[in-house]
Amino acid sequence: MASTSTQETFSKFQEYLTKDQDIREEIRVSVREIEQTAREILTVLQGVHQPTGCKDTVSICKRSREMFVNIRRQYKELAAKLPAEQYYRFHDHWRFANQRCVFLAAFLVYLESDKLITREEAAELLGVQQRREDGFHIDLDDFLMGLLQLANEMSRLAVNSVTAGDYSRPTKIANFVAELDAGFRLLNLKNDALRKRFDGLKYDVKKIEEVVYDVTIRGLNPPPAQKPEAQTEEQ
Amino acid sequence: MEKSSYELVKMAARSGRRGGSFHGGYHKRNSGKGEGSHQKILRREPKVDENSPIVASFRTYQSLMDRKNDKFERLVKISRDVTIQSKRAIFHIHRINSGVDKTTVLGEADEKLIAVREKLCQIALELQGEDLYQYIRAFSPGLQEYIEAVSFHHYCLGKGLVSLTQVQTDLEFPATEKPTTEDGECPSHPAVTLYVPPIEYMLGIADFTGELMRLCITSVSSGDMDLPFQLCQFMREVYHGFSSFSHAGSWELSRKMHTLRQSLHKVENACYTLQVRGLEIPKHMLADVFSSQDSEDTGERRNDMS
Repeated sequence: MASTSTQETFSKFQEYLTKDQDIREEIRVSVREIEQTAREILTVLQGVHQPTGCKDTVSICKRSREMFVNIRRQYKELAAKLPAEQYYRFHDHWRFANQRCVFLAAFLVYLESDKLITREEAAELLGVQQRREDGFHIDLDDFLMGLLQLANEMSRLAVNSVTAGDYSRPTKIANFVAELDAGFRLLNLKNDALRKRFDGLKYDVKKIEEVVYDVTIRGLNPPPAQKPEAQTEEQ
Repeated sequence: MEKSSYELVKMAARSGRRGGSFHGGYHKRNSGKGEGSHQKILRREPKVDENSPIVASFRTYQSLMDRKNDKFERLVKISRDVTIQSKRAIFHIHRINSGVDKTTVLGEADEKLIAVREKLCQIALELQGEDLYQYIRAFSPGLQEYIEAVSFHHYCLGKGLVSLTQVQTDLEFPATEKPTTEDGECPSHPAVTLYVPPIEYMLGIADFTGELMRLCITSVSSGDMDLPFQLCQFMREVYHGFSSFSHAGSWELSRKMHTLRQSLHKVENACYTLQVRGLEIPKHMLADVFSSQDSEDTGERRNDMS
C-alpha cells in the first residue's frame, strides 16, 4: 500500500544525491584550476626571497598582479556553478584554495605598499563579492587564515632580506607583524582551526624579533630605523 | 655580559637552542631578552593602538566573528531543546503498546510535536537572511531528532513513510501575532520557513527505523502478533531504498545505514522466532521470551547514549 510512495521518496532522494555529486564534481574542476594558478603566482612571488629578487620586487609584483586576472576569471566561473545561497554547503571544497589566494593577495599587497590587505581589497583582487549576501565571497575565517600564512612568509622574508644584505627591512617587518598580532588578539577565537593556527603566530613573531636583534646588536641596522625607537623611549 | 657570550655562539646553533628552550609562554619571551629594537614593539602590545588601520579593520572582524559565534551558540541551545522534546514525543508514542488508547496517545504526541515546531520556528527566525548551511552543524542534531519523531508519529497513524514535502510543509510558519510564551518569546514574527535539507531528512528517517525496531520488540512482548510482521515488511522497504543510494556522498549516511541493517536483522529474527515458536508455545509464554530480549536491547541502547 505505502510501498509506491516509499519508493518515490527514495528515488527522489537518489535524484537529489546524483545532482549533488554532479555539482561537486564541477566545483572540484574549478577549484583545481584556481589552485593551479595560485601555485604559479606563488612561484613568481617566491622570487623575492632570492638575493636578486629583493632588489627586483617591483617587477615581481607587477608580473604576479597580472596573473591575478586569471584568478578573477576562474573565481567567476566557480561562482557561476553555485546555486544561490548555498555557499557553505560546498564550503569545504574551496576553503583551502581561498586561504591560499588570500595569502597570495596579502603578500602581494604587502610587497607593493608595506600595508596589510583589507578584506575589501582581497575581494577585489580575487574578483569575488565582499559580503555573503551578494554571493561568492571569502569567508572571514579563511581570510584570517590567509593572513596567518602571510605572517609565516614574513618570517622567511626577514631572514632572507638580511642574507641579501637589506638590514632595514626586518625592522619594518617586525613592526608589521607585531601589529598583525595585536589585531589577532582582539578576536575572541573559538577552539577551532583558526585558533590553532593563531597559536603558531608567536613563533613567527619570535623569529622576526630574533633577526632584528641579531642585526641591531651588530650595529647593522641603519641609524634612521633606531630613531623612532629613541622617541618612544622618551615618551 | 650575557649578551657577548650569546653573540659568540654560532648562528645556527643558537637559533636551534633558543627555539628549543622556548616553551610557548608569550610573555615569558618578552622578559627574557631586553634591549633589542623589538622592545618598542613589546611596549606597544599591552595597549592597543586604536589609530592603526590594522587594528581598526580587526575591530570589524571581531564584531563579525562574535555575531556569528553567538548565533551559532543560540542555535545549539535551541537545537538541544528540540532534541529533548522530540525524544519525549517518541517515548510517548512507544506507550501505545501499554494498553492505553492508541488515538489518545497519538493525539498527545501530536501536541508535543506542535510544541517542538515552535522551537523550530525560533531556529527559522535566527536563520532569516542567512546561509542555512553555515549553521547547519549547530541545529542538525535537533532537526534530525524532530524528523525521527514526526515520521514515527506519521507511521503510527497508519500513513506509511512521511514524505519530505509533508515535513517541509509543517515547517512553514505563517506570520503570527503570538501571545508571549513563558520563554519570553517575541510576540509576533514574519512568515518564515525552515528549509529541510534532503540529506537531513534521510538521516532522520534512518534514525526512525531504530524506533520501529524497538516498537516491534515491545509489541511482541505485549502480545500483538501482527504488528511485527507489518513493521518488518516496512523496514525492508526502507532498507531497500537506502541500499540503492551511492553512499559516497555522506559518511554519516553509510554509518546509519549500518545501524539500519542491524535493526532490520533484529526484527527479522524476532519475526522468525514468532513464526517458529508461535506454533508450539502459548501466546503468553512467548511474550515472556520477548520481554527478556527487549530489556537486553534497552540496556544496550542506554550504553550507546552515555
